[in-house]
Amino acid sequence: MSLERPSTALDAGEDAGAPDSVVAADALDRRTSAAAHTHVLRTAGLLALAAALAGCAVLSIAVGAKAIPLGTVLGALLEPDGSYNASVVWELRLPRTVLGVFVGAALGLAGALMQGLTRNPIAEPGILGVNSGAAAAVVTAIFAFGLTGADAYVWFGFLGAAIAAVLVYALGSRGRSGATPVRLALAGTALGAVLQGFVYGITVLNENVFDQIRFWQVGSLVGRDLETFLRIWPFLTAGIVLALMLGPALNAIALGEDLAAALGAHVNRTRAFVALAIVLLCGGATAAAGPIWFVGLIVPHLARSFTGPDQRWLLPYSAAVGAVLLTLADTAGRVVTSSGELEVGIVTALIGAPVFIYLVRRRRMAQL
Amino acid sequence: MTLTPARTGAGSDTAAGGAPGAPPGRRRRSTRAMRLAGGRVSFAVRPRVAAVYGGLLAATVVVFAVSLSVGEYSIPLPRVLWALAGEGERLDLFFVRDVRLPRAWVAVLVGAALGIAGGVFQSISRNPLGSPDIIGFTGGASTGAVAVILVFGGSLVQISLGAVVGGVGTAVVVYLLAFRRGVQGYRLVLVGIGINALLLAVRDYLMTRAELTEAMTAHIWMIGSLNGRGWGEVLAVSIAAAVLVPVVLALGPRLRMMEMGEQAASGLGVPVQGTQVAVMLAASALTGAAIAVSGPISFIALAAPQLVRRLARTNGTALLGAGLMGALLLAAADLIAQQALAPTQLPVGVVTAVIGGSYLVWVLYREWRTGHA
Amino acid sequence: MPQPSRLWGENLTLAYDQSVISRDLGITIPDNSFTVIVGPNACGKSTLLRALSRMLKPSGGAVHLDGRLIGSYPSKEVARRLGLLPQSSIAPDGISVADLVARGRYPHQKFLKQWSRTDEKVINEAMDATGIVDLAGRMVDELSGGQRQRVWLAMVLAQQTPLLLLDEPTTYLDIAHQMDVLDLCAELHHERSYTLVAVLHDLNHACRYATHLIAMKDGQVAAEGDPADIVTEELVEDVFGMPVRVIPDPETGTPLVVPVDRGGRIARRRAPEAAERIEQARSA
Repeated sequence: MSLERPSTALDAGEDAGAPDSVVAADALDRRTSAAAHTHVLRTAGLLALAAALAGCAVLSIAVGAKAIPLGTVLGALLEPDGSYNASVVWELRLPRTVLGVFVGAALGLAGALMQGLTRNPIAEPGILGVNSGAAAAVVTAIFAFGLTGADAYVWFGFLGAAIAAVLVYALGSRGRSGATPVRLALAGTALGAVLQGFVYGITVLNENVFDQIRFWQVGSLVGRDLETFLRIWPFLTAGIVLALMLGPALNAIALGEDLAAALGAHVNRTRAFVALAIVLLCGGATAAAGPIWFVGLIVPHLARSFTGPDQRWLLPYSAAVGAVLLTLADTAGRVVTSSGELEVGIVTALIGAPVFIYLVRRRRMAQL
Repeated sequence: MTLTPARTGAGSDTAAGGAPGAPPGRRRRSTRAMRLAGGRVSFAVRPRVAAVYGGLLAATVVVFAVSLSVGEYSIPLPRVLWALAGEGERLDLFFVRDVRLPRAWVAVLVGAALGIAGGVFQSISRNPLGSPDIIGFTGGASTGAVAVILVFGGSLVQISLGAVVGGVGTAVVVYLLAFRRGVQGYRLVLVGIGINALLLAVRDYLMTRAELTEAMTAHIWMIGSLNGRGWGEVLAVSIAAAVLVPVVLALGPRLRMMEMGEQAASGLGVPVQGTQVAVMLAASALTGAAIAVSGPISFIALAAPQLVRRLARTNGTALLGAGLMGALLLAAADLIAQQALAPTQLPVGVVTAVIGGSYLVWVLYREWRTGHA
Repeated sequence: MPQPSRLWGENLTLAYDQSVISRDLGITIPDNSFTVIVGPNACGKSTLLRALSRMLKPSGGAVHLDGRLIGSYPSKEVARRLGLLPQSSIAPDGISVADLVARGRYPHQKFLKQWSRTDEKVINEAMDATGIVDLAGRMVDELSGGQRQRVWLAMVLAQQTPLLLLDEPTTYLDIAHQMDVLDLCAELHHERSYTLVAVLHDLNHACRYATHLIAMKDGQVAAEGDPADIVTEELVEDVFGMPVRVIPDPETGTPLVVPVDRGGRIARRRAPEAAERIEQARSA
């Protein structure tokens, strides 16, 4: 019988062409090879993304206020010769680029985790209060301790993000049913409003604080050096490793809490781990670069159009797409305007929003 | 006007017209039918709801009176009343009639508008966090206003105009982009998020490129403030409210039907699509008028419908109640914003965020402690 | 102490918060049986199923699985011995049939060994057994209700547990698809010697397919055993509070439960003379 002819075992009774067993074996073969094919395709896609990321990173090192030819960049990277170009590459551009890759990957992963945890495709990691917590802490740092400069805010930003997330999670997980997604969203909104109000109050009363925070709040990699990266990379790395381990459990949770538990997944424990990973990733990224919330929202959507809903693939894809997007946006921000540079937070929105809207219009969306 | 008990509220037995209601002994529920004009107008009244609404109204009057009286130049209540009647010292007249009265009116009207609009959006999106943000309205309005402040250095009226143009323009763009063989609510939300992100990027760009003092003006506008609002603003927001509030309230019963699901509502004879568009337009326009006058004050639209629902124990959206609650909340918040750090005047948005947020935290804490689902 | 069976519970007190559903309930699932639990709404059927699958921790008593307390196993170990298909399951947006079935392999996967040939083989067998091989590449959202239920069954089968608990697997299906699913269950029971426990609403389906029937009322077991032995007019009236007649199923010989035409309303409307005859026959 021909392969094109639709025949399901459901209506096998009407199928007089071939014995059932032959049809089934045939279909099974096709299905096994299709599964293997998908596997290969997804692996290849991930490798291609990694290659694209490497390209973007090199581009990001090559492009800047002083144009350095690509050959010189590669040469300086492979064999640092102590020249001025080499020191620019190694001391200024490489740390910033690596930080961008880490921050992008972290934000992409945090977004995918948040959407997987809440089963809500418009959830972004900020729901846990990470952004408002970091902002409140940075405002405090400037107001009370007179700190200035992106580097000085890192610890405050991270601590603020972590404390806010712990409070939101603690409030959301009271009572019998635990930290359900709806509760987390409500708790995050409530606490986020309080922190936002605090930020408003301080910035209105103190012009100096406002002048600092208005630049921090855009989200930027300007002036981030090796020091920033060295402070934050352990958190980001831990978060990335933890996040990539959570794929199978998130896959189970996607089937509903009862079935997840029946399959042997620990629903509450997984939720707590996911929240921890989000704090490490999003808190770390926000502390280093300011709130770039849009990346966490759109990257999982982009990644999902390659991988479908399988979290084991979605998570690494989200990390890679996030890193590519952020590095590209940071590089583009340095060249689009003649005077100064455009912050990465602005560029990601300018690039990302049209892509996002295109995706939304193109795809048939299921209900929430 | 008569107040007679009825078995099922304004159900079939009152629809007949002037027929007398059921005898008191048959009363089962605490719902009463209120009839006006000899039975041509009748509606259901529940004592608890009536008491809550009455309480809200009374509290608003008290806050209103206090806000006319206190301030850097304190005026005792009797002199406030004299000043309202047009008598008394020149300073009394000036502060009460030209400064405090219009500001109090703006607070009440804007609060009511935000409360009602919040109720509408929560009802339509069937989401307790639903707000005009879902169609990018707020983002558009604030970007429009900030652009006027930072690029053109405009006056208060021009800023309002910028906000309205920005808000309406954004809402239209979002709607058109979401349109593809009809508008699906979910696609609307996602497109709104995308457009909002673009607008915020533009706004952030402007904010970081502006002079500090101008950026601060824009910042305060974005928080939402009633400082220096006068009779012009009262007039603007009154006209909007007079036109739009009756429209929205009249559509309220249909909204409550639609909360049961669009199909069930259609089955009961509600024109779902038309109602949705009409009520969203009206609610957006209300929000627009409020934002134009005061800036995007946070939390009133979110909290007012939820609070009144809990107080009055209604199971559907209570738009009138949300309006009353919104008026009280904003009037009280503005009083605090003026007095908390006097003589420094905080923008009222700071107070609504901190106090509203704390209150919501407390409500959630209490509700979840007992282990309710 | 001798183990009555692979899965049994003793002195179970089952409760949600303060409201107690069952008190001092003893239950034994006979090995290699197709056990069906029936009972009126809110009699504690689903609660019992949740307790048997360690989804609900009993506030008193204990559930035993393979000779040990069910709570003493690691979570994944239970999931390799016992599968549960709850009523509230969600298919993620845009997931394909094969991918959904593959999620049943979760309890067998280790962190570093996410995918193996065994997984692939078991998934294929599960889809084969439920007759959905040709749907493998389709999206779950596109399927009909009957097909979807087969996909869920395949997912539990991929779990490779000899014990399967199904909570109302035939809800929302038309009569043909209901029989389809039940035939499939019977086949699993007969030919692959699964032990099945299902909550069903339809008494006649229960009588046809169950080898062991448990009738529950107010959180207690009202009767259990072979349907042919225990399903009587008295039992059904006692459990469901409704008068019925029980006659042999003309097709299978199992008990067929027919609700009594209360007050003869229907018979009188359709054929007045017949109604009188029936009335006389009944009183005789």
